[in-house]
Amino acid sequence: MKKIHVTTKINGDTVEFLCDPRETLLDVLRDRLGLTGAKEGCGTGDCGACSVTVDGRLTCSCLMLGVEAEGHEIGTVEGIADGEELHPLQKKFIEYAALQCGICTPGILVAAKNLLERNPDPTEEEVRYWLAGNLCRCTGYDKIIRAVLDTAAEMREAS
Amino acid sequence: MNYYKPATFDEAIAIASGAEGITRILAGGTDVLVQMRSDIVTPDTLIDIKAIDGVKDITRAEDGGWTIGVAVCGAEISEHPDLPREWPGVVEAIGLIGSTQVQGRATPVGNLCNASPAADSVPALVAAGAEVTVQGPNGPRRVAVEDIPTGPGRTSLQKGEIITALHLPPRGKGGGDAYQRFIPRTEMDIAVVGCGVNLRVSGQVITEARMALGAVAPTVERVRGAADALVGTKLEDSALDALADLAQAACNPIDDKRGTVKFRTHLAGVYARRVAKIAYERARAAQ
Amino acid sequence: MALDEYKPQKGGSELETDHQFKYVGTRPDRPDGFDKVTGRARFGADMYAPGMLHAAILRSPHAHARIVRIDTSKAEAMEGVKAVVTRADFSKNVPFAPGMAGEFWNILENVMAGEKVLYDGHAVAAVAATTPLIARDALKAIEVEYEILPHVTDVDEAMKPDAPVIREGAADKSVPEGMHPNVVRYHESGHGDVEAGFAEADLVIEDHFTTEATHQGYIEPHACLATLGSDGKGELWCCTQGHWYVQKVCAALLDLETANLRVTASEIGGGFGGKTTVFIEPVALALSRKANRPVKLVMSRSEVFRATGPTASASMDIKIGMKKDGTITAAKGEFRLQGGAFPGAPMEFTAMCAFACYNLKNVHQVGYDVMTNRPKQAAYRAPGSPMAAFAVESVIDELCNRLGLDPIEVRLKNAAREGTKASYGPTFPRIGLVETLEAAKAHPHYSAPLKPGQGRGISCGFWFNHGGETSVSLALSEDGSAQVMVGTPDIGGSRASMALMAAEVLGIPFEKIRVTIADTGSLGYNEISHGSRVTYASGLATIKAAQDAVRKLRQRAADKWGIDVEAVDWVDGCAVPSGPNAGDFDPLPLAEITKNMGATGGPISGHYEATPEGAGVSFATHIVDAEVDRETGSTRVVRYTVVQDAGKAIHPTYVEGQFQGGAAQGIGWALNEEYIYGPDGRLQNPGFLDYRIPVASDLPMIDTVIVEVPNPGHPYGVRGVGETSICPPLAAIANAVSNAAGVRLRDLPMRPSRILEELEKQQGDA
Repeated sequence: MKKIHVTTKINGDTVEFLCDPRETLLDVLRDRLGLTGAKEGCGTGDCGACSVTVDGRLTCSCLMLGVEAEGHEIGTVEGIADGEELHPLQKKFIEYAALQCGICTPGILVAAKNLLERNPDPTEEEVRYWLAGNLCRCTGYDKIIRAVLDTAAEMREAS
Repeated sequence: MNYYKPATFDEAIAIASGAEGITRILAGGTDVLVQMRSDIVTPDTLIDIKAIDGVKDITRAEDGGWTIGVAVCGAEISEHPDLPREWPGVVEAIGLIGSTQVQGRATPVGNLCNASPAADSVPALVAAGAEVTVQGPNGPRRVAVEDIPTGPGRTSLQKGEIITALHLPPRGKGGGDAYQRFIPRTEMDIAVVGCGVNLRVSGQVITEARMALGAVAPTVERVRGAADALVGTKLEDSALDALADLAQAACNPIDDKRGTVKFRTHLAGVYARRVAKIAYERARAAQ
Repeated sequence: MALDEYKPQKGGSELETDHQFKYVGTRPDRPDGFDKVTGRARFGADMYAPGMLHAAILRSPHAHARIVRIDTSKAEAMEGVKAVVTRADFSKNVPFAPGMAGEFWNILENVMAGEKVLYDGHAVAAVAATTPLIARDALKAIEVEYEILPHVTDVDEAMKPDAPVIREGAADKSVPEGMHPNVVRYHESGHGDVEAGFAEADLVIEDHFTTEATHQGYIEPHACLATLGSDGKGELWCCTQGHWYVQKVCAALLDLETANLRVTASEIGGGFGGKTTVFIEPVALALSRKANRPVKLVMSRSEVFRATGPTASASMDIKIGMKKDGTITAAKGEFRLQGGAFPGAPMEFTAMCAFACYNLKNVHQVGYDVMTNRPKQAAYRAPGSPMAAFAVESVIDELCNRLGLDPIEVRLKNAAREGTKASYGPTFPRIGLVETLEAAKAHPHYSAPLKPGQGRGISCGFWFNHGGETSVSLALSEDGSAQVMVGTPDIGGSRASMALMAAEVLGIPFEKIRVTIADTGSLGYNEISHGSRVTYASGLATIKAAQDAVRKLRQRAADKWGIDVEAVDWVDGCAVPSGPNAGDFDPLPLAEITKNMGATGGPISGHYEATPEGAGVSFATHIVDAEVDRETGSTRVVRYTVVQDAGKAIHPTYVEGQFQGGAAQGIGWALNEEYIYGPDGRLQNPGFLDYRIPVASDLPMIDTVIVEVPNPGHPYGVRGVGETSICPPLAAIANAVSNAAGVRLRDLPMRPSRILEELEKQQGDA
């Protein structure tokens, strides 16, 4: 099978690539585009470590083919910070020690940012259910949930 | 694997009709890609239907019901301004499929075509009396949702046939539906038992009732006696007992890693009661 | 290591545990935080090399079979396939030996099957190709003919006389005569006369418990990038808890000189013991050598479940006698653990930890290491201890219930303390079990009212902790900043702890210290990051290396001032004259000394290499409230408090994180996680869909109390904190379920269907 040419936007930049139709968006991001922030924890949509946004919608990049990115806008963890300025969630995650090993962190940040864009004042329960598809084996989620809730509070105050 | 992205259903049907080997339709992809990654199924032909006009639309049908495009994902259905109010059970059931991430991709029609007996959206759709439009080389036809799955992983769709729309009937007055499932965790699991109930009441008296169970038989099981058990009652304990007995009698499950025959059968009774009560309260509130 | 080594160094920082620390005990941002929140941190699968190939491994679909024939010719002929390896491509010089004496042979046999496949998922061949898709396609072109053999996956079944034999001759000399060949190691320990003790008891409970195998469940699958030439020199990048161990094992399995293989540890996406192992690295190296190209090998999640980890499953019999006043008169335990198709199930730890929380006159414990057709077990957070705590603490709870005694008071009455002869032999130095029990008793959680349907459980837990071979180097820069090179991969924030300890000794701010995980070519040998040893042992070595540098700094100041080095103290980052010279010279800050170090005697570095043996044991007490749905058997943890002795918390936030993480894993083990084998011996749930680790919505906030009873074996009193936290949850939750629903679950996980069955029995009894 010949490779397919795809034009897409990633973190605001137009990107073109060739890929085999069997390759997932995650494969393409990591192996073809050098964006290794999204991680493959399972490849079956069960762990959320590969979370990205597609036209602002939270998605597992392992559950989407690279060819499906044609014409869409992809957001990854690499696009969360604004230049040298970290996103408030990124700062809070460091401050709260909301990560231990850090492998789930990119996916959780992408997911949490997407939540706060939709719901600036989530309850603890809403955060927990929103992030239920992002597995973390290290933290027991406690510090992650606190970091998200505190970021939300701080962003509400700032706005 | 050949990947196609047709612009019309006719084109998609032509590709599917002419394809050799394994053909899969790609909408949300949350089942197809998992099967590919796990080397369970590698399609020879993959037809991405998301470029077809109208597949992302949710529209009010002429009869007052709803037509849902086949590429509408769960999150879009949950976010719709009217659907969750009219069909809360159906929308909750669709919303239970997978994680937030999966909700951003997975479609109810995909959930149906995957033909898992444990599919969350299907019992609710069956209880609601939902239908799909099936289009194929011989033109379109309307088919009840419950007639699509024929066994685990198998559907009644013929070669070249594609589901082109999902239809919910008009809600009407005094209607209420609900869906719940049992899972070991609070999220991210496949249903051990799922139960959808759809009722209509007049005052306190039930006038219409449909119930369907998931994960208790090779396909989602419509419990046909539910109407007999409930219609004319006020969902008294005796009616709930009868419903629970019917639910358990309808079970024909298997022992597997997710649950035993005994456990699933027991849960079917528990959930029949729980879900009927919610649907009843909703129906009474919707008068 | 003698305790007097830890006395304050003359003129150095005052190293006493009651010392007011300036940096230790604070909560600065971790040095690697930025990399990890921006996605730039490089984990195992994040490394790429020019000309790199992608590899994939073919695995057995059978639980037990003889390999009759492997034909790789069709795969080799495929375009893009550059190398195929089988067992023939590995060393023939690794000797077989019984028990753990043959561990390198065991690893080789596990890395690539020899004559037989021993479990579902056992590797039989591997391919390197130009793309991952070609590699996967090529696996399908490899033909393997199997002769299927009878299999056994259950520990009790594997000990029965007619059980299929996994491997003859694997048992070591510890095993008593007459046992099945699948029993490969045996342990017995204790003291006193248990039968006499039981005779003194007012109530004796004897019960049987089982726990299923659980997986460490790290989110990052094993991954590596290997480069090896036929000249025998290689480079390996991999996610591991111990890269010197990987170096040693790979060298042995591929007939390399150890020093010729340089191994770099990537950032590690979780390990919990499961990455103290070698699975894919020798395969990638063998492929690289054959293809003469770099080879990347990344496991899929199903491979991780089928062929790595898990912990052992256990079958246990416990007997404990108690007097009416709560005094335990005797305790006995028999622990049968299966560790897959190889020796190594940590039954001796199970036996030794089982009763370690208590001061017992009469105690006896027996352990059996049993082989089955399952993957080779790997360490999992306090390996062997959680299952023991589940069984023992359940029985103690039952005794308390039946005798009408408060579970904390009974544990306090019997608690091991300083001077207690431990159930496993030694006499405890200063330990903190009593303090954790007192803190639990005083915690508002313990007295908070419960809602209907809820129950409260408590449990204690114990883990040894470990020291191990350790090397640390510290180098000062001209501007007064410091680089610390440690050899223990940072699994959960240990760079921050090292920097805090170095800052404390050097007297310079935390931010001026950069901690690097050195590769095997840059530092002396380091044992794996295991046994909760990193903050203890690498921390101790960091302190010692910093002290070594401080000694040299003082010498430079002494030289400059023309006084004796003994007359120079190191205070708050400065050399200051002391004794008769006090006040003669202005304090000389570190940066002033390093600025001219090139001209005053050369670079200033500090080193430390040793095998510290003063690791302090650690105890914890957990309180949990659980709610049981009596209609479905579903259990929900609604409140959780961890109380644990940390000795001294270097970075308290990360100590809390270890407590919380251990508790969460324990909750998973207790309620949902298990390896499920079908009658065909194949693993039925090799994915996160059906291997159900806790998700965010499953858990409450996890409260923590850090108790600090200093470890006399560490300059700052540090005890390991990583492992003990997984020991109490299993029993604590079982005890909570018992109090919530009146049913005692003796088998883990406490699946809803199991709880429901117990509830049905209860109703039948009533």
